[in-house]
Amino acid sequence: MLLEVSGLHAAYGATRVIHGIGFAMEEKSITALLGANGAGKTTTLRALCGMVKTEGQIRFRGERIDGRSTEDIARLGIAHVPDGRGTFLNLTAEENLRLGAYTRRDRAAVEADLERVFGYFPQLRARRAQQAGTLSGGEQQMLAVSRALMLAPKLMLLDEPSFGLAPLLVRELFAILRAINERERVGMLLVEQNAAMALDLADRAYLIETGRVVLSGTAADIKRDDAVRRAYLGY
Amino acid sequence: MTLDAVILQVLAGLATGGIYASLALALVMIYHATHLVNFAQGEMAMFTTYIAWSLINAGMPYWPAFLLTVGIAFILGMFIERIVIRPVENAPVLGVVVVFIGLLVILNSVAGWIYTYTIKSFPSPFPRQPILGIHYISAHELGAIGVTLAVLALLYGFFRFTPLGLAMRAAAQNPESSRLVGIRVGWMLALGWGLAAAVGAVAGMMVAPVVYLDPNMMSGILLYAFAAALLGGIDSPGGAVLGGFAVGVLENLLGAFVIGNELKLAVALVLIVGVLLVKPSGLFGRVYVTRV
Ligand SMILES: Nc1ncnc2c1ncn2[C@@H]1O[C@H](COP(=O)(O)OP(=O)(O)OP(=O)(O)O)[C@@H](O)[C@H]1O
Ligand SMILES: [Mg+2]
Repeated sequence: MLLEVSGLHAAYGATRVIHGIGFAMEEKSITALLGANGAGKTTTLRALCGMVKTEGQIRFRGERIDGRSTEDIARLGIAHVPDGRGTFLNLTAEENLRLGAYTRRDRAAVEADLERVFGYFPQLRARRAQQAGTLSGGEQQMLAVSRALMLAPKLMLLDEPSFGLAPLLVRELFAILRAINERERVGMLLVEQNAAMALDLADRAYLIETGRVVLSGTAADIKRDDAVRRAYLGY
Repeated sequence: MTLDAVILQVLAGLATGGIYASLALALVMIYHATHLVNFAQGEMAMFTTYIAWSLINAGMPYWPAFLLTVGIAFILGMFIERIVIRPVENAPVLGVVVVFIGLLVILNSVAGWIYTYTIKSFPSPFPRQPILGIHYISAHELGAIGVTLAVLALLYGFFRFTPLGLAMRAAAQNPESSRLVGIRVGWMLALGWGLAAAVGAVAGMMVAPVVYLDPNMMSGILLYAFAAALLGGIDSPGGAVLGGFAVGVLENLLGAFVIGNELKLAVALVLIVGVLLVKPSGLFGRVYVTRV
């Protein structure tokens, strides 16, 4: 198993937000986390990275990671594309990408990965020397995905990667995510408002409501669920 | 006011300006990481200069003592961050400022206690005679400018071209994203303090032959450095360096020709107040371009 989560609780100070979530992911699989605004999707991803106080068990490839520092978790191979992109605004696009590979010592492979990332997102190559804060919203979104990719992760946590992208670009991004998943053999935990596209991409999906899993299954099953269809797919 | 006299003052100003520039840079480095001005920066420099004095007095040749002092200062700076600053990391601003001032007082009195308040002379590694037949500027002043520029170039190269330097910049700007790519942000802050202390030590050792060694030697200099950092823009390393040289030259010219030496320190105060009133971001302060 790539990721096993059980009895996960998380709180901001005294405010409890996640109440005992559990799920599991196979290696190289794509799992979608769906839910309304404020359901706790972002908090769940933050909990996995040790960015909020948690209780419960988190295992990454069999190893307990709950209670470990965010830095250590990243070094194990979990790359988080955070809510709001997390761009290093005052550094150049290329510096942002190189920071993604900060913990890696395989220099030649890093250079090759940089080229590969530019292959996925050719726009970024042209803008590699530009201050990242001046990139367009969409470009910053691509930069965030690319920065995560530079970590050579085993698991990517993607928090609304399509946020702020034009519909055509969303389609393109999802195609690229699929390609990355297939070629780089990296598992993805995907949080998306765009439920239809997320369910097309994912193998499994979990529906979260006020900090609890209320529905889980294969993406195909979830897509056929009437309640989901009405609330999240809008048809 | 002859041209010769002006050139003389400008060159002397560049020499002290280099000292201000170094210390201003140390202030900016800590400001970058903590958004606070380290009032104890001058006393840290003073204290490490005493360490150099002890080493030299114990018979160590100048340059080995210089390098060893820089190393000790680096470790001392890291140590201070870990032991004194870390626990108040999330304290309100005023609390941290009090800690800085406490550090200042403690370093000052410990230095006075160990070394007494008697003024001591501090050697210069450069010859007494003017070198290269240049009579406008003493060998020490010229040497101090050279050492300052070398330190600045080293720092620039480090921050600009090494992965560690990049990680330190990243950690200062965006700690959360830095952790997500595996950067140990806490250690980057400690490293920043170490580097700032090392730069301060160089400034202390370069200025001590001129102002002599005593526990209060840095108080005026820190004020100039503060003025320099503000003038250049407290968040701009390059601005701090230029500000340092500008303040040094301005101080010397005004002191020699306009207001007299006694009132020189007032130049720093006027500059500080002036910059805060007219252009709080300084001449080179960054205007952050962001898009959402
Ligand atoms: N820093 C915080 N302090 C206190 N409460 C918070 C904080 N961040 C989020 N919350 C609360 O936690 C709950 C879950 O928030 P979370 O950001 O995880 O939701 P989400 O599912 O990602 O929503 P969205 O789809 O809008 O991004 C919300 O009720 C929110 O108000
Ligand atoms: Mg969210």
